[in-house]
Amino acid sequence: MSTLQILWFVLIGILFAGFFFLEGFDFGVGMAVKTLAKDAHERDALIGSIGPNWDANEVWLITAGGAMFAAMPIWYASLFSGFYIPLFLILLSLIFRGVSFEFRAMAKFNKAKNVWEWATAIGSFMAPFLFGMIFTALVKGMPVDNSFNIRGHFFDFVNLFTIVGGVAVVLMSYIHGLNFIRLKVDGEIRYRAAKVAKVLYPVLLAGEVVFAILLFIYTDFFQNKPVITVILLAVIVLATVVSYIATLKDKEILSFIATGVNLVGLVTLLFVGLFPRVIVANNPAHSLLIKDASSSPYTLTIMTWIVVSILPIVLAYQIWSYYVFRKRLTVGQAGSAH
Amino acid sequence: MMDLALSVVSLARFQFAMTTIFHFFFVPFSIGMGLVVSIMETLYVIKKDEVYKHMTQFWAKIFLLSFAVGVVTGIIQEFQFGMNWSAYSRFVGDIFGAPLAIEALVAFFLESTFIGFWMFSWDKVKPALHATFIWLVTIGSSLSALWILIANSFMQNPTGFILNKETGRAQLVNFADLIKNHQVWLEFPHVLIGAFLTAGFVVAGMSAMALLRKTKNTDFFRKSMKVGLILGLVTTFGMLFTGDRHSLFLQNDQPMKFAATEGLYENVGGKNKSEPWAVIGWYNEKEHKPDFEINVPYVLSILAHHSLTGENKGANEISRELHAKYDKKFGKDMNYYVPFNAIFYAFRVMAVSAGAFLMVAIVGLWFNRKKHSDEFLMNQKWWLWIMSIVTFLPFAANTGGWLVTELGRYPWVVYGYLTIADAVSPNVSAGSMLFSNIVYFLTFCTLGGVMVYYAARVLREGPDDVMKPKAVVKDPFAEEAFN
Repeated sequence: MSTLQILWFVLIGILFAGFFFLEGFDFGVGMAVKTLAKDAHERDALIGSIGPNWDANEVWLITAGGAMFAAMPIWYASLFSGFYIPLFLILLSLIFRGVSFEFRAMAKFNKAKNVWEWATAIGSFMAPFLFGMIFTALVKGMPVDNSFNIRGHFFDFVNLFTIVGGVAVVLMSYIHGLNFIRLKVDGEIRYRAAKVAKVLYPVLLAGEVVFAILLFIYTDFFQNKPVITVILLAVIVLATVVSYIATLKDKEILSFIATGVNLVGLVTLLFVGLFPRVIVANNPAHSLLIKDASSSPYTLTIMTWIVVSILPIVLAYQIWSYYVFRKRLTVGQAGSAH
Repeated sequence: MMDLALSVVSLARFQFAMTTIFHFFFVPFSIGMGLVVSIMETLYVIKKDEVYKHMTQFWAKIFLLSFAVGVVTGIIQEFQFGMNWSAYSRFVGDIFGAPLAIEALVAFFLESTFIGFWMFSWDKVKPALHATFIWLVTIGSSLSALWILIANSFMQNPTGFILNKETGRAQLVNFADLIKNHQVWLEFPHVLIGAFLTAGFVVAGMSAMALLRKTKNTDFFRKSMKVGLILGLVTTFGMLFTGDRHSLFLQNDQPMKFAATEGLYENVGGKNKSEPWAVIGWYNEKEHKPDFEINVPYVLSILAHHSLTGENKGANEISRELHAKYDKKFGKDMNYYVPFNAIFYAFRVMAVSAGAFLMVAIVGLWFNRKKHSDEFLMNQKWWLWIMSIVTFLPFAANTGGWLVTELGRYPWVVYGYLTIADAVSPNVSAGSMLFSNIVYFLTFCTLGGVMVYYAARVLREGPDDVMKPKAVVKDPFAEEAFN
């Protein structure tokens, strides 16, 4: 395994972490459209709060996928073909969620608006749930043949552990979204978001404990890397506790950052546990390793130069965008984009 | 077992065709509409005439609809290579993944971030800066076309790589060759100009529809029509030029594809002989001969060689050559004949469209002259009808071009190196693929239907709402909206 290969494994991890941090809250806000908002004005405000950014947030996923294809094509090929149905459902969720914002803005009648709001909410729920399932299944181990083809059956994808993983990502995203709402939206809904979050924190903490126990039972994380696994689990739990306390004390920025750390911590845990593999096979001899999944040193070098020169520019204008649209939206005054 | 394997391949092919064709309705449309809107907003910045601002905001509605559908159907493409074509992804990942990753990094981030800026900052920033945002979106989506066509060009005309004997996979050795690939510089201008053309005729055609409906905003739609038709005229010439260059190279790069576009089973022409061109025909794909065709003398020589004489190989000889070249590697049973009739007519859809575009642009501009009163123009119902129908023609032409390019690649995924049958995922069941095909189909029907419905409504309601001064704060990020 070369340094470049490790660098790209880390980079793909960072792209996924960025995706979950950013799109995590707009998934959460999307779910809140049908679970938290009480009237059309509130729904306008929620959708408006992620309006300028959700699309760019999703590009983190596209870039993660592209980086995987470019730097670790064997991983990309095995993962995407192996998780065919879950990924297909993710695509459907992202498709209907993606058009729902524009179609809702175009819709005139409440019935049609309602349909697209449900598309926003269901898509925003399904995508993180399925991602949680996929990543959990990936570290749990899948049936893999000797050409690195995943040949899973229903219960390899759907079992207690993967469902808990899916629920965990949904809950984290939802609370992250609630914290975003508290930061970005003004009106009664802001306080309602805090109220709901306060109820959910204990549930999330319990979920994290269950997840840790299942991680111990179903994966080799604790055997292979006990110290770092425990540290990362502690970071995740601690982030939830910090966010909980910050919410109780009405410190909005801190609670938002802490739920972000929560999601980033989870991605880090999964990637650290995977290392030096990228796909865990039930038969350890068939696990796909970073060194076997990677592109040639030449391609990795080229891609490294490109990422190093372009990513800073991308980060700069994305941060600028959040800065420009930093002010709160007031319920009742937020209209559609056009 | 054989049947099952076959059906997975055909289902995967069908899915690729369906998803890319549907996606390719919206991609050229939104790249082009991005340009139209950019031009309109720039005219507003320069001329400070409010009508251009209204035009920008009105056509932006259509643009944003197509952009939304284009973006979401694009995600499928990136996933699809891994999901349906994992053997392909493994074989070319070292090369093919790079342009896709760069596309996301360079183009998608740019367009998605700045479209957010643009949509939500109408009254927040100076007009010139606001216009810059939409230009950045247009540049972003054009760059995305460039990188995806760099990837596609590798499939058509692979360069810059070696076959690694140890891994059995293609390996990149020269990144610059990937970009310098002449196929890129044939495809990219043709596709990009085609995108601009699409928007030009859509704007002109939709304006004609509005005039047919006796809109009150005649000045608005006549100005829009003028922008659309001028863009349409310039780009039609661009399409003829780039298309012609493309076909000159095609004869050497992919002779079988060229033979199908011209309906050639047998060799034609010679040193001092002319070649006739089949205007229409029907081809027996089992016996490899024409059932009938109507030929015009000299035209093929003029098209293919810019001369009155010339020669071209027919599919039967090309097939023999390909067998001689590849039988050792791929076996004697390979079929190198591409789907003749489909390609022949896909090509003619493009050619006929080009003629129609040229005529519509010229006549349309003449009818729309300042000298002609609104009344005069609105009374030319027959003409406005023609223009309305031409709104849909660019989509047919784009699809035709795409079909020629991709069907003509048969039987290869990577020309000369990997066959379609060897590229498909070995671990995806026919059932899964059938399921996804059906659901995609229903999804596309829904998206397409809704998009057309909303676009039609936007047109029916006209630009009144963007023209009246705003009573309520529509823009949630405008200063007044802040506490």
